[in-house]
Amino acid sequence: MTGFSLTRVAAVMIKEFKQLTRDRLTYAMMLAVPVVQLLLFGYAINSEPRHLPTALLVQEDSVFARSIVAALKNSAYFDLVAQARSPAELDEMVRRGEVQFAITVPGDFTRRLVRGERAQVLVEADAADPSATGPAVAALAALPSQALARDLKGALAPAVGKAPFEVVVHRRYNPEAITAYNIVPGLLGIILSMTLVMMTALSVTREAERGTMESLLATPVEPIEVMAGKLAPYVAVGLVQTAIILLLARFLFDVPMVGGWLGLSLGVALFIVGSLALGFLMSTVARTQLQAMQMSMFYILPSILLSGFMFPFRGMPAWAQAIGEIVPVTHFLRVVRGALLKGQGTSDMWRELAALLAFACVVTALAMARYRRTLD
Amino acid sequence: MTLAIDVRGLSKSFGDKHVVQDVNLKVEEGRICGFLGPNGSGKTTTLRMLCGLLTPDSGQGTALGLDIIGQANLIKRRTGYMTQRFSLYEDLTIEENLQFSARVHELDRRKERVDKALERLGLLERRRQLAGSLSGGWKQRLALAAATLHEPRLLLLDEPTAGVDPKARRTFWDEIHALSAEGLTVLVSTHYMDEAERCHEIAYISYGRLIARGTADEVIAAAGLVTFNGEGAGIDRLAGEIAALPGVDMAAPFGQSLHVSGTDRAALEAALAPYRRAPFRWEEVQPSLEDVFIRLMETSQDNFR
Ligand SMILES: Nc1ncnc2c1ncn2[C@@H]1O[C@H](COP(=O)(O)OP(=O)(O)OP(=O)(O)O)[C@@H](O)[C@H]1O
Ligand SMILES: [Mg+2]
Repeated sequence: MTGFSLTRVAAVMIKEFKQLTRDRLTYAMMLAVPVVQLLLFGYAINSEPRHLPTALLVQEDSVFARSIVAALKNSAYFDLVAQARSPAELDEMVRRGEVQFAITVPGDFTRRLVRGERAQVLVEADAADPSATGPAVAALAALPSQALARDLKGALAPAVGKAPFEVVVHRRYNPEAITAYNIVPGLLGIILSMTLVMMTALSVTREAERGTMESLLATPVEPIEVMAGKLAPYVAVGLVQTAIILLLARFLFDVPMVGGWLGLSLGVALFIVGSLALGFLMSTVARTQLQAMQMSMFYILPSILLSGFMFPFRGMPAWAQAIGEIVPVTHFLRVVRGALLKGQGTSDMWRELAALLAFACVVTALAMARYRRTLD
Repeated sequence: MTLAIDVRGLSKSFGDKHVVQDVNLKVEEGRICGFLGPNGSGKTTTLRMLCGLLTPDSGQGTALGLDIIGQANLIKRRTGYMTQRFSLYEDLTIEENLQFSARVHELDRRKERVDKALERLGLLERRRQLAGSLSGGWKQRLALAAATLHEPRLLLLDEPTAGVDPKARRTFWDEIHALSAEGLTVLVSTHYMDEAERCHEIAYISYGRLIARGTADEVIAAAGLVTFNGEGAGIDRLAGEIAALPGVDMAAPFGQSLHVSGTDRAALEAALAPYRRAPFRWEEVQPSLEDVFIRLMETSQDNFR
């Protein structure tokens, strides 16, 4: 109606920033929380996920190959979701995170097996989240002695105590299965959610509770200006937190950072803005700071439990995965892990980035629709 | 003469409480209008509707020629609203609060204006003090400075002098009059009779209805009240006894004297006849605004029930 004014945004922003720096306790908390959380969550809770998506590349058509595939199908750990046509395609599937395992039965498998020349089945495991792959990898150990038991008879029967072939497991992204590699980047999402959502949710309800909303509403400042001005200082807070966590991850936990910086930056920016806007939306619903606090806790729980942070996403039942897909942190975690551990580029993670963009836009639109211009 | 405030049929309910009922109010530009009424009568609610902070359930009108419902945002740019409860930022300094005000109104020469306001307030040396640490009266003065910083055309003040010392109150009213002389229109709610008398005109609201309007003299005359002032030792102790007599609407002790009022002169004289003896002396006086307001309060209450 009266346009958008940068001066008014600056007015709110400067005020908000001053209030923030004056509130020593909150200020300290925002910096201390990431550090404390990181140390607390240094290691993860293990679980035993099954039905992990697996891609196959069978380079020969033989009885033995079919038996091995059948044995894999029988195992509760693997769900064969894709057949690759080339090693490159198989590799791509793992990198994109479409599958957790890529199993190759090489073209010379039968020949080597028959000649007793150390036949091999190759397994590539996406070990970025070691708690997801660990039990399945253990189950693979039993494969050689069982899969071909019926096919290998008579002359082909292996010597007693000797497996007919071996399974070569190659762990990618986190070869030593260090859970911290997975937890620490995940913690970035959780800490940003916890602090940022709550911060903005409180900052608006505080105005209502202290009565300053009455003065603020009596000024010509527009809702979108209030929102922009209130969010800006916390964007800076979010960036500082991100920097702290990444530095600690690198130097305290030795988390590898193989690249994907552009995707990571985009993801972080979208996620920070989205989380802050969500807090703002909550504050348009909550009447008191206590309510705002409770609402943000309500949001945090599924973010921790169903995002793939606490439990491997693929280990969760379908309904939990469905809820998890709606939780923004889920997509953020995929971006962070994909970038840091796998070096995914933006083309590999565009779906997750699009989800985060949609999150930020939808929440902002809802907040604007709900923000009350009056005291009614 | 143009009207700075011109509203008709303003109504507002909260739940099933009808807080403001069919209020018509016209205030000419450059006038100071006192807004009086008992606690909970709807003064704050009315002021909030005038500056777009509350949407009226029904009714319409203009403030500064702008529609109070459709053009609230333009009204906000030209209006200064001082809330009843202190609503500036307690965790910002005095200076920062004024700077915030200057910025949200997109003022030019902000530093100069803020400095001038600080100087006028006499808070130049305490500019870096947190607003929350000011005493009640100083908070009020700061709030007024913030509300007038953008040189509004209309000032809506909600009990601006509650808790302010007499000297500061006088300064405050001198300032209000100076501003109004420059054409600013002021609607100010208050519970103080002396302040009501300093206004050009008065609007009295009770139980959500505007029941008296005009200059102080007009309001007094319209009430049709006859008042006798009695003096003499011990007369103040007769208040209860006299108030209960037929024809007496109220009897209120003022120090050593007693104000007795009624609307029916004959009945009042009859009631007082037994007391026309030494040591008491009676004389008819002009009823004060307070007599009139208390009377208005009581009758409107009866109407309401
Ligand atoms: N937001 C609200 N929700 C519900 N009731 C309200 C609300 N605001 C005001 N009221 C009620 O409306 C009535 C009028 O309130 P208002 O604040 O307008 O009175 P007032 O004349 O300003 O009183 P005072 O002199 O005590 O300031 C009161 O009964 C109050 O309880
Ligand atoms: Mg009030």
